[in-house]
Amino acid sequence: MGLLSLIVSIPFIALLVILSIPAKYSDRIKWIALIATFIDLCLSVLLVIGYLGKIGFSGALPSPGVALNLEYVEKIAWLEPLGIEYFMGVDGISVLMIFLTAVVIFCGVCASWNHAHRTKEFFAFLLLLVTGVFGVFAANDLFLFFLFYELSVLPMYLLIGIWGTGPKEYSAMKLTLMLMGGSALIIVGILVLYFQSGASTFSFSEIAQAGIPESTQYWLFPVMFIGFGTLGGLWPFHTWSPDGHSSAPTAVSMLHAGVLMKLGGYGCLKTIYLMPHGAMMWATFFMVLTTVNIFYGALVAIQKTDLKYITAYSSVSHCGLVLFGLCALNWTAFQGAMVQMFAHGLMTALFFALVGMIYKRTHTRLISEMSGLLKVMPFLGVSYMIGGLAGLGLPGLAGFIAEIQVFVGAFSDASISHRIMVILAAASVVTTAVYILRALTRMLYGPMQNPEHEKIKDATFVEKVPLALLVFLLALAGIFPGWMIRMIAYSLTPIFSNLEHASLLTQM
Amino acid sequence: MTGYWFLDHLWLVPLLPFIGFIVTGLFLGSSARRTSAWTAIAAVGLSAVCGWGAAFEYFSEFNGEALVTFEFPWIEFSSSLTGNAGILADRISILLVLVVTTISFLIHVYSQGYMHGDRGYRRFFAFMNLFTFSMLGLVLSSSILEIFVFWELVGLSSFLLIGFYWERPAAVAACKKAFIVTRFADLGFLIGLLVLSYHAGSFDFRELNSPDTINHLAGITAPFFGCSILTLSALLVFAGAAGKSAMFPLHIWLPDAMEGPTPVSALIHAATMVVAGVYLVARLFPMFSATTAGIDLVMWTGAFTCLFAALIAITQVDIKRVLAFSTLSQIGYMMLALGVASMDESLGYTASMFHLTTHACFKALLFLCAGSVIHAVHSNDVRDMGGLRKKMPITHFTFLIACLAIAGVPPLSGFFSKDEILAAALHSGEYAVFAIAATAAGLTAFYMFRIYLLTFWNAPQDKQRYDQAHESPLSMTFPLVVLAVPSALLGIVPFSDFVHISELEHHATNWMVVGVSTTLGLCGIALAFLFYFKPNQWPARFAFAFSGIYKLVFRKFYIDELYIFITHKIIFRSISRPLNWFDRHIIDGFMDLTAQSARRLGAWLRKTATGGAQVYLLWSIAGAGVTMLALHILGAGIVVVALSGVGAAAVTVFIFQFTLQLLNKSEPLKRIEID
Repeated sequence: MGLLSLIVSIPFIALLVILSIPAKYSDRIKWIALIATFIDLCLSVLLVIGYLGKIGFSGALPSPGVALNLEYVEKIAWLEPLGIEYFMGVDGISVLMIFLTAVVIFCGVCASWNHAHRTKEFFAFLLLLVTGVFGVFAANDLFLFFLFYELSVLPMYLLIGIWGTGPKEYSAMKLTLMLMGGSALIIVGILVLYFQSGASTFSFSEIAQAGIPESTQYWLFPVMFIGFGTLGGLWPFHTWSPDGHSSAPTAVSMLHAGVLMKLGGYGCLKTIYLMPHGAMMWATFFMVLTTVNIFYGALVAIQKTDLKYITAYSSVSHCGLVLFGLCALNWTAFQGAMVQMFAHGLMTALFFALVGMIYKRTHTRLISEMSGLLKVMPFLGVSYMIGGLAGLGLPGLAGFIAEIQVFVGAFSDASISHRIMVILAAASVVTTAVYILRALTRMLYGPMQNPEHEKIKDATFVEKVPLALLVFLLALAGIFPGWMIRMIAYSLTPIFSNLEHASLLTQM
Repeated sequence: MTGYWFLDHLWLVPLLPFIGFIVTGLFLGSSARRTSAWTAIAAVGLSAVCGWGAAFEYFSEFNGEALVTFEFPWIEFSSSLTGNAGILADRISILLVLVVTTISFLIHVYSQGYMHGDRGYRRFFAFMNLFTFSMLGLVLSSSILEIFVFWELVGLSSFLLIGFYWERPAAVAACKKAFIVTRFADLGFLIGLLVLSYHAGSFDFRELNSPDTINHLAGITAPFFGCSILTLSALLVFAGAAGKSAMFPLHIWLPDAMEGPTPVSALIHAATMVVAGVYLVARLFPMFSATTAGIDLVMWTGAFTCLFAALIAITQVDIKRVLAFSTLSQIGYMMLALGVASMDESLGYTASMFHLTTHACFKALLFLCAGSVIHAVHSNDVRDMGGLRKKMPITHFTFLIACLAIAGVPPLSGFFSKDEILAAALHSGEYAVFAIAATAAGLTAFYMFRIYLLTFWNAPQDKQRYDQAHESPLSMTFPLVVLAVPSALLGIVPFSDFVHISELEHHATNWMVVGVSTTLGLCGIALAFLFYFKPNQWPARFAFAFSGIYKLVFRKFYIDELYIFITHKIIFRSISRPLNWFDRHIIDGFMDLTAQSARRLGAWLRKTATGGAQVYLLWSIAGAGVTMLALHILGAGIVVVALSGVGAAAVTVFIFQFTLQLLNKSEPLKRIEID
């Protein structure tokens, strides 16, 4: 069994083990989940190092081809008549995403350590969910990709509906329906790709090589882009996110906003890879939408008083930057978009973990009801601050690396309308600072008004582990971005040779 | 590699305070008070030693060359554009290293006494180290991307230190304001950086300042602004510089920043960080001086702020705020000096850097003395002080030296640097600017002696505070005495031999300038003595006689109110709030409506599912019949008809549901229950 299959199957094996344990041994269940996710984390670190070893730690990148530069390939024929294969393999971007998933799920398990209600089912669903997410990033066969994708969307409904807070049934239903709507578009897209490419295969790179007829690309691109975009928080299909994320339990919010929303960006990147003509035709249109995303998310977040809503709208704004970078159809902006996926995954997981921990202590999520909390919970407070600073793009943390690359990249398109959009998007750094500082200072600074809060205890050891890990990675990626950029750059070449090829054809 | 140890290891200068920050911030417990203070002081002290060593080597061996002693690729944007991070040693960066490390070291020593007994002692020193690291990184940056990084980091340290007393609402408001106002200005810087990176294809200062690049940029016309890319990017970058240096109209954050502890005000908001804007303009001086609009903007912004802030300073009663407005005014001098300079006639450039240096000494000294006074009387208000000269002799004496220096009394340091600025303004032919600068010089002398006399002479205003007052401990008075030396004597150093951007013509001493500035300074001092030496009715009478103007100036020309109007009324109320409503009710409402329409349709269709087999059979036969008939008549067009039928049905349901919603008769979706 290859490394990728191992990473995907470990949560699933843990799930089976958990199912076989009686529910009353909740401690054992937690430990199994923790150990499984920890093993996955270690394996994903190995994967990152191994991958970096393969492309070389420094110097020029190995010669790129038109096909995806896949490593750790596993290929087993599965449904041969249809050309469906169990085809696993990773490029640098998926390695980064697998690493992110492993980090977030490990932190999520730590953050839900005190989960008391129906522990067994909760962890079982969580592991099922993460199996799907790992699978999506490792799969290279469209069918397999979609299978894993659905595997990750479905448990979400139950996780929110059963373990959520507030109007949880409504939120769960809304989230599922909207994401299913997106999936419906995607499955249509996949089938069209399968039949139109004529390659009678579901493999990404083979479809890309076979090529999709231009006329198909023109109408299919927006269908698939919106399908994935819905998951990636594309305006105006983002409204599932605030409700869904604020109702979901901590670990689920972390995983969903941290990783699942990245699936949207990842899928959009693949869409561009498969349909470069469509991408070039529709880029400006979607760029307008994503500019709205970025600016609008930040402005709405200014008005929110619920911490989870603030985080959710900041996700809308930050994920907008991912899609914005993709729509710029530019090398540097692509790099930035991918770094933003990683950075946002870390910071939003940090935020949701903290909101959960703070809620447990204060029994409120409204910033108007909190003040001066830094005094009683310095560790949580400082972590929240670092997360916030990463969110507003402070240099030295991962968010800045992403923002500057997206802006520099997007700006190099000489058309005026593009540049105005870049300037608007860049202006969001101010609005972002406003809502983040507002939440941060209201909650942590000032005199303590609620005497009940005097009794609050700071983070326990189990809570400190995920926070410290996430903060460490945010700083690592922010100070030494080279390894990340290297991995991403190596994987962008096939996408770019496709795009360049397409633009040459258009000019002719 | 230069073969000189300190220059080759110049990266140690910023790195040492960073290590200090990590150690005090992360590895020491909050009980390790003394250890944390000494770690921080040692880190900055060592950094100062390295800085002085490098300066000695640089000025004796490499005078003038721009050396990049350390460089690595930080962000690889694409195969053709790399954001490098490096250490650049040239005249002004080495000068700033000296200023920053030395003053930072003295203020660290001072804080050790001043912050004694404060709860956040360790946190304070950690943040001070963080600031020193960021500031040193800023001055040593070799590329505009790198300087932007440290630019933001000094902003962060400033935010953290202004909000040091985070339980006080005023401090919280001030730190937020400082961060957001400078962030707003940095947006200009960021966009300027994007423009430069695209058109110049590089972030490196050497590249950006090279004549080729400047000519290339000047040759491209910016779309729809009508100016060249060079002018546009200079204006954008200057926006960032004006924000950080608190130039009008972005000055509003600096007076409020005085909510931070006094050593912070001395280090960050007087001596070092606020001059970063001046430094940035000086760093890109070849670029700025090549564009008339850019350099004129620098000049007029500087001149206006210089006068404007001096006027406000006259009316303020908080000793730290007077000093803050004075800082604004003095930075205005530095900016206008840069503005009157050009590559051929670069006296203003040298004068600006000179004034930056002397100002750093005497303004830090003024703040530290103010801190010493505040420490003694526990109040910032000059109306609570008075007669303190006997109680605090060292503080009094050093404060007097600093006052004389800033007022430009010969032969103290401020006299030389200010004189050079005035001479530069006069030589460049900008007589209006010269007049403004000279007026501001008189005002400076007046407001400085006003607070000096109110604090140390006059009659004690508050008996209890006066009785409690005492001289500060040695750790605080020592830095005062040390800083008093350069404040007094720095003017003697032949500064222009060390720092200049092109060969300076040696002008004969312009006695007219000397005469004008000294006379105006002495007049200001004399007037202050008349008003404030002994308690009398004059100040109150004047304030009454000019009550309209007095109030306008006292309320700082209502600029703060204007900002509050724009942010609260316009952005929060008129943009953000409607958008929030739009999101919840229109966009989300549409999504809900879709779901409800589907439910409604389902509810209707369910009525047809009665369970009666005959009815089902009837439906299928009728359906098949209609289909056959339609197929016979329409042929393939049936698909269109069927699709439009379904579409029409969907729209009908949708509209029906929407009407219900408007009439408030719709059952809310939130009540959907899961079985």
